[in-house]
Amino acid sequence: MSRESMEYDVVIIGGGPSGLSTAIKLKQLDSNLNICLLEKSSEIGAHILSGNVFETRALDELLPNWRELNSPIKTKVTKEKFLFLGKNKSLSWPTWLLPAVQQNHKNYIISLANLCRWLAEQAETLGVEIFPGFPASEVLFNEDGSVRGVATQDMGVDREGNKKDSFEPGIELLGKVTVFAEGCRGHLGKQLIEKFELNKGKDPQQYGIGFKEIWEIEDKNHEEGLVMHTAGWPLDNNTYGGSFMYHAENKQVFLGYVIGLDYKNPHLSPYDEFQRFKTHPAIKKIIENGKRISYGARALIEGGFQSLPKMFMPGALLVGCDAGTLNMPKIKGSHTAMKSGMIAAETINYHFKKGDDLSVYEKIFKESWLFKELYKARNVKPSFNWGLILGIIFTGIDQILFRGRLPFTLKHKHADHETLRPANEMPKIDYPKYDNIITFDKTSSVYLTGTNHEDNQPVHLKLKDPDLPINYTLEKFDEPAQRYCPAGVYEVQIENKKNKFVINSQNCIHCKTCDIKEPSQNIIWVTPEGGGGPKYGNM
Amino acid sequence: MKILVAVKRVIDYNVQIRVKEDNSGIVTDNVKMSTNPPDDNAIEEAVKIKESGKATEVVAVTVGEEKAQETVRKALAVGADRGIHVKTDGILEPLAVSKILQKITEKEKPNLVFMGKQAIDDDCNQTGQMLSALLNWPQATFASKIEVKDNKLEVTREIDEGLETIEINTPAIVTCDLRLNEPRYASLPNIMKAKKKPIEEILASDLGVDTAPRLEQIKVEEPPKRKAGIKVASVAELVQKLKNEAKVI
Repeated sequence: MSRESMEYDVVIIGGGPSGLSTAIKLKQLDSNLNICLLEKSSEIGAHILSGNVFETRALDELLPNWRELNSPIKTKVTKEKFLFLGKNKSLSWPTWLLPAVQQNHKNYIISLANLCRWLAEQAETLGVEIFPGFPASEVLFNEDGSVRGVATQDMGVDREGNKKDSFEPGIELLGKVTVFAEGCRGHLGKQLIEKFELNKGKDPQQYGIGFKEIWEIEDKNHEEGLVMHTAGWPLDNNTYGGSFMYHAENKQVFLGYVIGLDYKNPHLSPYDEFQRFKTHPAIKKIIENGKRISYGARALIEGGFQSLPKMFMPGALLVGCDAGTLNMPKIKGSHTAMKSGMIAAETINYHFKKGDDLSVYEKIFKESWLFKELYKARNVKPSFNWGLILGIIFTGIDQILFRGRLPFTLKHKHADHETLRPANEMPKIDYPKYDNIITFDKTSSVYLTGTNHEDNQPVHLKLKDPDLPINYTLEKFDEPAQRYCPAGVYEVQIENKKNKFVINSQNCIHCKTCDIKEPSQNIIWVTPEGGGGPKYGNM
Repeated sequence: MKILVAVKRVIDYNVQIRVKEDNSGIVTDNVKMSTNPPDDNAIEEAVKIKESGKATEVVAVTVGEEKAQETVRKALAVGADRGIHVKTDGILEPLAVSKILQKITEKEKPNLVFMGKQAIDDDCNQTGQMLSALLNWPQATFASKIEVKDNKLEVTREIDEGLETIEINTPAIVTCDLRLNEPRYASLPNIMKAKKKPIEEILASDLGVDTAPRLEQIKVEEPPKRKAGIKVASVAELVQKLKNEAKVI
């Protein structure tokens, strides 16, 4: 069946900070452009999750009058703390000894989902056509190999792939330029990086998994504007990660944990590390008698400068964390994502008006503050390969004494799926039972995300080899998918005395961790039917 | 034949409902909203009847705040011809909605009025019935099958005992059950076309309807938490506990 097609000047895939900034900037440069933006979640913001302490630098450039536009950027950072945690103790690190990149006094505590909803309003006012609930499932190419646009997912297909009565074929959206802004490990971005060898000569990309919960806490424990980070317990010296706790408005705290996906022990459960972290006396005393109101998780990019692929290709651009513009030592990716989108818009404008090749992206990028920022930050994450303590010492030297200007660049040596050691060589970890007060099981957590997928549809987590999980991964790595998935999608069940690998794809919260961490890269995340997945509120 | 379909904007059925801290209501800020699910079935059925040639126009109507218009827009994207948005602020009770729909019905003169059997937010299940009384029209509630005949409808109803089939004269009110049909998806081209379809905006006050609530809401609370269960080792222990602790046998 042939699909309908629609033509636009620019087609943007993804309604996060980078895609929306691309759209807004394009319309500011030329209000006559026809721009369409696709978003896989049921509404803008429903799949996005971030800390978030927001640096306004990119927004100041994009919408200088944002303060007058009723933006959801309200809570200024008033106080900062950094704690090193031991099992029961905590040591406060003086903030003046923190590198400048980790100081937040000019920043704001925000919900990125709400920021995106607001950016979408601004974009729609400018005439951008935004279509939530339509995942782009396929890249379309011209005969000369350049990107022609995307196709949206067919709707109304049953589990076996047959068309239901409600079948609605996907449509082709053709753009003179297509901008991919899917966020970390975008499923089309991944294909494009491979096809156009955009990561040639770059280090393997590095990822982390981030968790976030929103708690409503007691008045006496709440200090609006307080930003607190921790390192140390419950992670060991060799596992990269840490926590954040941001005191937002309405007596809420945004509490979260990030763990590098280059961890080695297959018995490690990032979810349980986060749950356990909350039981530390320094944390528990703040959230005690509070109420958990939201939960979510999402993979994030940590590779930075060394791993950043080329962001242009014939007919298309790759922006934000679909490429990987997050600044790891700053623990911020929103302002950099926005800036990369704005550079994409400038590039497209030159392309349309002067006939410049899209490769002009690189030139504008290299002259921007974004490039300088990522360059300075480049050595922090790889130094933690030497462990937490040496990593901190090196970061102090690199960031405080040399301000990121050391004359060498450390490398990321391994991709995250290569780092797991065999299960029998690594210690088992005994995680405490959930108390349903401070710590919770995955089921009740996923319940808070509002996640659903229409049940009779093809499983959107594909196995290249369906037998591999039981025949190989279970024996060698004790099937770590059971633990790295933050939503309990993967289970090994015993059926007729035989192990069986079960994929509860309906629970999937679209974090992409399985696509990244599966040791044989055997799990492929593809787009489910539109509108499926979590329904995050103010994450 | 003209069909009027009433649609309501509610919190999406996947979202976990949260009570406001001061117990004054539920949290709706930044919460995903959708069309009330059985209202989708009502729209679908009306569009199907039109596609079968038995109706000539489908008009979608909603009552509520500014953003309620999204539900009308969605109805237009799946096949309704035009929309009406009656604008109001504040709490609306079923009686007020029925009175507004009565005015719209008198103005539009449809042969049929469809709506969902109830809204998933307040679960009232009253608007269709009240509208029927106000208009003095026949009603068929909880419809899981509708057959249009000359000046009559044959409607199968979902009732406690099973299925009941009734015949009613038109004009009539039908409230729709989820089993009635499977609502179609709004395709991207149809969403775009829907942006150009007309939506008439009417102020509730201009219809001369008093929408003031008749009920006073004292407070909203979460249902009490269920206690965790326990595991028993044997049937004997289970029986003993049911007898001595739960005292149910």
